[in-house]
Amino acid sequence: MEPDFDVIVVGGGIAGCITAQLLAAQGHSVVVIERGDNAGAKNLSGGICYSRILAQVFPDYLAEAPYERQIVRNVFGLVGKERATFAEVFDPSLAQPVNAISVLRAPFDAWLAEQAEAAGAFMMPGVRVDELLMESGRVIGVRAGEDELRAQVVVAADGINSFLARAAGLRSTPSLNHLAVGVKAVIGLDSQVIADRFHLEGREGAAFALVGDVTAGVGGGAFLYTNRQSLSFGVVLRLDDLTASGKESAAIFDHALSHKALAPLLRDGEIIEYGCHLTGEGGIHLLDKIHFDGLVVVGDAAGLTINTGLTIRGMDFAIGSAIAAAEGIHTALTAGDTSAVGLSHYRRAFEASYLYADLKTYAKAPAFLEQATDMYDRYPELVGDVFHRIYAIDGDPRTRLLASARAAFKDSAIKFRQLLRDGLSAVRSL
Amino acid sequence: MKPLSVSDRLAKNVFVTDEDDPHITIDNTVADKTRLYLAVAACPAKVYTISADGSVCADSAACLECGTCLAVCPPGNGLTWHYPRGGFGVSFREG
Repeated sequence: MEPDFDVIVVGGGIAGCITAQLLAAQGHSVVVIERGDNAGAKNLSGGICYSRILAQVFPDYLAEAPYERQIVRNVFGLVGKERATFAEVFDPSLAQPVNAISVLRAPFDAWLAEQAEAAGAFMMPGVRVDELLMESGRVIGVRAGEDELRAQVVVAADGINSFLARAAGLRSTPSLNHLAVGVKAVIGLDSQVIADRFHLEGREGAAFALVGDVTAGVGGGAFLYTNRQSLSFGVVLRLDDLTASGKESAAIFDHALSHKALAPLLRDGEIIEYGCHLTGEGGIHLLDKIHFDGLVVVGDAAGLTINTGLTIRGMDFAIGSAIAAAEGIHTALTAGDTSAVGLSHYRRAFEASYLYADLKTYAKAPAFLEQATDMYDRYPELVGDVFHRIYAIDGDPRTRLLASARAAFKDSAIKFRQLLRDGLSAVRSL
Repeated sequence: MKPLSVSDRLAKNVFVTDEDDPHITIDNTVADKTRLYLAVAACPAKVYTISADGSVCADSAACLECGTCLAVCPPGNGLTWHYPRGGFGVSFREG
């Protein structure tokens, strides 16, 4: 049977839309099948997009794309029960050129879909793909309800749950320590209030990465990102630790939202949307195989994310894998070989990118974030206590910095060997 | 700021409920409900509730479609979960 299209892309997220756009622009017939009423309707991120790579696809994205703010203030916070220690890095050169943008995925992905459409891709929204069509071990198309569509190559851009590749037995299900649930609210706030509160000029933005009592001791962290007229605030909870804790994810989100260290940042805000999203925490350990006979897997579906504790990246990997996939698919279609061998240029192109190098660099980060359990409770308390001893001129004679730190450490329940081990492990993995 | 209850937060979202074909079903006859109970706590939308007799119910209309429940309660443990049919379910305006 003749294929209906050269390429079927399943999923209108960042990876799917960009793969479709690049292939359509090269003259291939492409359809994007999206289960939402429009691209973006089912998509949710924290979300900071490390966007330098986006300029490779859209050189004028800053003038054209509906992004929120350009991140020039990065704040890292160790949040204890009573005290919080923040390190703020103000670096306007991060906007020259722009390095990271905050985005809201509903408008952002809708724009990406428009670009794919303008390049000649056919958008098919409101359709859920149920399974891959296989013929003697090869993917030949997709089934959606009663309908079957065939193509030379199927692109599984169906997100972190990656149902298509898993159901076909092509990719395995990640273990709970390599998955986290992000729980997020978009909090409406006047743009002038945001500018004043976070010390921002014009389109500048701030990004907070927080660990400690914000997740009630569960492995993970909290984030706060400024948008133009709202804040994106949420927690990310590693599923192995969340389930072991017996705590409710919604209750932890409430706990973070009402934390006294953060309340002044969120004051007068009004929740305008509540959402959640599963995210990969395994880094390179989730990568696995990404090309098969007649199929490639991109973005979240390919497990492509990195969490270093300070930067949480997924959207740049979606863009980078889309660029590599489009290159690989174009090569395969041109050569007339869309088998796994023919599509292997995708893997080579991805492995040649800085993204793959970063996955290798941070290969030990997931294990570190899993094992350094004191980071989610005792370390933030310890650091807070050290500074308390410095700032509290309470009538007792002061001690020098080192003595204060030693005393704070003695009062904490942290074992010296553990601190040493975590410190060494952090240096080696982050 | 007002944190709102989970149901008040969900009321801010846009949902189209599929009355004919709910995308979540629970089989309360499974011998061991441990993993079903994990899904109850892990779900950020509080889709799942435990009744007095220990059985679990699901309100699929409130689902945010993240897949966390299925990750902690994989097939064979009493939960059937897939994405809603095309055009149904949550529709993010912000994301």
